[in-house]
Amino acid sequence: MSIASVETEFRNAQTTRRWSTAVALAALCIALLVSASISEAYPRSLIEGLPRVGEYFDRLLPKLDAEHFFAGYKTEGALAYWFYRLPKWAWLLFETSQMALLATMFGGIVAFFGCFFASANLVPSKVVYFAARRILELFRTVPDIVYALILVWAFGIGPVAGIFAIALHTVGALGKQFAEAIENADMKPWDAVRAAGGNWVQSIRFAILPQVLPNLLSYFLLRFEINVRGATVIGFVGAGGIGQELYEVISFNYYEEISAIVVLIILAVSVIDMISEQLRRMAIGRVTA
Amino acid sequence: MSGVTQIMPDVVATLRREHPRAFGPSTAAVVARWVGAVLTLAWLICLLWWFDITPIRLWNGLFGLGKIIILMIPPSPGEQWEDILKGLSESVAMAFLGTFMAMLFAVPLGFLGARNVVINTLAHFSIRRIYDGFRGMDQLIWALAFVRAVGLGPLAGVLAIFAAEIAVLAKLFAEAIENADPNQAEGITAVGGNGLMRIRYGLAPQVLPVIMAQFLYQFESNVRSASILGVVGAGGIGLQIAERIKVRYWDEVLFIILLIMVTVGIIDTLSSRIRRKLIGLQ
Repeated sequence: MSIASVETEFRNAQTTRRWSTAVALAALCIALLVSASISEAYPRSLIEGLPRVGEYFDRLLPKLDAEHFFAGYKTEGALAYWFYRLPKWAWLLFETSQMALLATMFGGIVAFFGCFFASANLVPSKVVYFAARRILELFRTVPDIVYALILVWAFGIGPVAGIFAIALHTVGALGKQFAEAIENADMKPWDAVRAAGGNWVQSIRFAILPQVLPNLLSYFLLRFEINVRGATVIGFVGAGGIGQELYEVISFNYYEEISAIVVLIILAVSVIDMISEQLRRMAIGRVTA
Repeated sequence: MSGVTQIMPDVVATLRREHPRAFGPSTAAVVARWVGAVLTLAWLICLLWWFDITPIRLWNGLFGLGKIIILMIPPSPGEQWEDILKGLSESVAMAFLGTFMAMLFAVPLGFLGARNVVINTLAHFSIRRIYDGFRGMDQLIWALAFVRAVGLGPLAGVLAIFAAEIAVLAKLFAEAIENADPNQAEGITAVGGNGLMRIRYGLAPQVLPVIMAQFLYQFESNVRSASILGVVGAGGIGLQIAERIKVRYWDEVLFIILLIMVTVGIIDTLSSRIRRKLIGLQ
């Protein structure tokens, strides 16, 4: 092949590439315009809306001043004034985290017993495997807040509806992750236990569980972190926790209380994340060590 | 080998003494496990008592849920299926626009959060913590706030997705930038490229596909969350669900839920196809 033909080939490839990029960009622009018009994000409403957004978030900021910063909760401008209902909010946050814990436990237990049927390497029957996978998918695709909306009718307003809503979603999410961890397990111990005459349950107990338990535990903790976030907003539909309080203060425009609660939520979520990260490290480290 | 070698009891005893861990966990570990199990169980019972989850209540709740499920079948689109379709398209549009806007802001923030760009450890650590902190705030909180700020409707939803997504994408992009191979950029410098060329030919070809793939992933995930933002009035199909649950049109609720599942499935398939093409796995 001469240099010239390589050159023309390169030019041709370059032209095709440029054309396809241009087409992709045009498609992107059209998609953006269409979605902007559907979602009513017109330039005018954006320009009108943005100052109001700025104004709103400006009002959320606490009016702290350095002079009274450490004064009591009755002095305006003090930190304690901003968080004047701290005991109540802290208790609500604790309740929220325990809702998430209970929900993750319920969901995790069901997922644990269900996941073995959704692992292709453990169930010989394609039908059982397929059915289990679809059922888990069904649980997973409905967001927990939709479950909460429905369960508030069944269980009444309060944390119980929230707990079961999160638990239902957790069954699907954890079940899938558990099953995938099991499918990645080494099957040689399984063969050994089977060959030694172990039945299905015994083989799972002695060949699969010792390998996957740390992984399952780590997924469980990860899901707990996600559920804590979910539990903070599940109260928006009346399903208990800090969300119910947050919904009220936002609806009644108690500006400083909104920011105080949000700051507390962020703090609580970060603390729980950090603790759970340490526990996850421990769970994984136990095996490798 | 002929027959099974019999292991003598005294051999077993010696082995047990010399390698106790081969025969099971140590006594301390067993005790620790039992204590842990009992404490967990005690706390679980405590929680059940606190939230007043009794078998009777559970039974009544499940009974109520069963009644609702019976009323859901068969699913029906109801009279106002035009509203449903409009809500669904609104949700998808909100997710797309919100994620795209967030991406524009997240790219520079991603550079700011990358360890190989901002070398100072303290600065790097605190920037990442800020991103993590913002991720602790759920999209629905943003949605509720933006509904208060710009009024009911999909615009609030777009802004909520935008605001909540920036921190998520910034973190993902920062990781992508950190994982980029510095040798390629060095190569561009070696053949005489300037700073802009370094980014265009050394960094962009490595980072862009990851950015696009993450954008598509987040778009998928935001279609799911955009389908519930309407519950707090931020537009989309969630409003239709919430309204129908309020008036207990359970068959229409199930129809909408199924419709969302199908839509999400279609978008997931499309986006994974585009993703594969972008990353170059033809």
